[in-house]
Amino acid sequence: MDTYTKTAHLLRAEWLDRIMRVLIVAVASVALSIIFLIFIFTFKEAKDVFFDADTRHEVLPTLFSTTWQPVSDNPKYGIVPLLIGTLKTTLIAMVIAVPIGVLAALYTSCFAPAWLREVIKPAAEVLAGFPSVVIGFFALFVLADVLQALTHAEVRLNALVGGVAISLTAIPIIFTISEDALSAVPKSIQEASYGLGATRWETAFYITLPAAYPGIFAASLLGFGRAIGETLIVLMATGNAPISSWTLTDSVRTLTATIGAEMAEVVFGDPHYSVLFLISTVLFLSAFILNSVAEFYIKARLMKKFKGE
Amino acid sequence: MLSLLHITSDMRTHIFLMSLLFAVFGCAAPDRPITVRGSDTMVALGQKWAEIYMHKFPSQTVQVNGGGSGTGIAALINRTADICQSSRPMKARERKKIQEKFGREVIEIPVAKDGIVIYVHKDNPISKISIPQLCKIYTGQIQNWKELGGEDRRIIVYGRENSSGTYEFFKKEVLKGADFADHVQTLPGTAAVVNAVSKDLYSIGYGGNAYSQGVRILPVSRTDTSQAIEANELSITMGEYPISRNLYFYLAKVPNDGIQHFIDWVLSDEAQAIVAEQGYFPIKKTALQSAGVKTAF
Repeated sequence: MDTYTKTAHLLRAEWLDRIMRVLIVAVASVALSIIFLIFIFTFKEAKDVFFDADTRHEVLPTLFSTTWQPVSDNPKYGIVPLLIGTLKTTLIAMVIAVPIGVLAALYTSCFAPAWLREVIKPAAEVLAGFPSVVIGFFALFVLADVLQALTHAEVRLNALVGGVAISLTAIPIIFTISEDALSAVPKSIQEASYGLGATRWETAFYITLPAAYPGIFAASLLGFGRAIGETLIVLMATGNAPISSWTLTDSVRTLTATIGAEMAEVVFGDPHYSVLFLISTVLFLSAFILNSVAEFYIKARLMKKFKGE
Repeated sequence: MLSLLHITSDMRTHIFLMSLLFAVFGCAAPDRPITVRGSDTMVALGQKWAEIYMHKFPSQTVQVNGGGSGTGIAALINRTADICQSSRPMKARERKKIQEKFGREVIEIPVAKDGIVIYVHKDNPISKISIPQLCKIYTGQIQNWKELGGEDRRIIVYGRENSSGTYEFFKKEVLKGADFADHVQTLPGTAAVVNAVSKDLYSIGYGGNAYSQGVRILPVSRTDTSQAIEANELSITMGEYPISRNLYFYLAKVPNDGIQHFIDWVLSDEAQAIVAEQGYFPIKKTALQSAGVKTAF
């Protein structure tokens, strides 16, 4: 009798295991397939640029030019200024956000007293969830004036304003994930460093920080993803002029702002419509490629290095 | 105006059957809200109309949303709006789409007039501007205030996004179809343009007359030598001001009684007086006169 119940019990547990596994796999694959379907959809809407003769004829000759004038008697779909715009704002944002985010994380994890850490960490997490429209407004009304006074820029709404404002959204992400990575470095390593006579600074800079590189790298990557995809802030704060220039204080038009501003109005199936989806595809692919390279190549190399192989 | 909503006998049967259906099934339910979508320029005006209309006729609900003239037309085509507010006439391509989908011509009703005005910073010494000068500024042939008799400073040029009716109107009427220069900064909404111009001494911008606080509005002349004309009710309604346009309601279907009632009210003197209060200009002469007297509201 006893053995019988036990077997039944085990059997039930086994079944439950199986069901749960199927469920989890199902949920995971739903998430994956949604991403996949979004990509398929985006590409499907963009494919006319290459496969529809009329659209191709209208779009391709100007696609790599430096003039973006899609609403015109003679439309020009040059995406070069938009690519430059996105690169410019994203790079400015990263140059500001990575050092600040990482150093703040280093301070919080290695130097700040425990009570302060309990305050900073949740505060940063709240900031990470801050609506970008609010930051956009702040950039438009306050940041633009401050930066114009500092740089004496002729153009008030420019790439620098956009980049700095985007960095405000990227810093909390980079900070909070870097901080997790730094705090996960085993205490024994730090104690060994102290044991050899290293100071707190030396330990933090030469021991803890390098040990957390893979995590910090992942943090920066997520920050980059947020920066490149940011739409509302750049739409509001950069002036949206499609100029091909590398000057930081010129107005820029980014890929995302172009989609955001123009998608609502285009006629369905128009060449302009297809080009906007092509831009989405470009954004999607660049994020995808960047993430893959980071994940499979650089991270593996970093890991190898730290395992001493 | 009613002649625009000409109803054939065939349709009359349809409408009769529809009303019969409504009479049978629809009596307990409240009236379906009238959805109005489209031009950002017109959204404040539309909401004011809706507010007063709903106050006067509490059984009716009118919902007004913005998004741009193009968005409103798309909503009309996708049947998610009853009325599209548009600050530009519908394009041939869009008319064709409606024709294909609904099997009839789109119904076009001018409901107000608007002047596109030119803003400069309130301390800018320039006193007037001509259409050819504006054309040169926005196509990039003039880039310095010096050429207009001002300081030796670069002109910071603001405009609207290419999804707005204002953009297309300006392009057609002022640039005569030419492309805007690359350095023209485009902002979402007339309010954003006004705000940007008010903060920049060396800037110029264009937009609707409805929002014009904190900046100066330049009188505009048709040619370099003709007299510059201020944008005001008389000059715009009479068509003397060089950059004025009609604002429209578009309908894809023959309106039902509720929608027809709303449109009739919008064209009434009472509603046209609201147009004037919102910074736009009435479409009808009679309304113009009564607006001068400032009626009930």
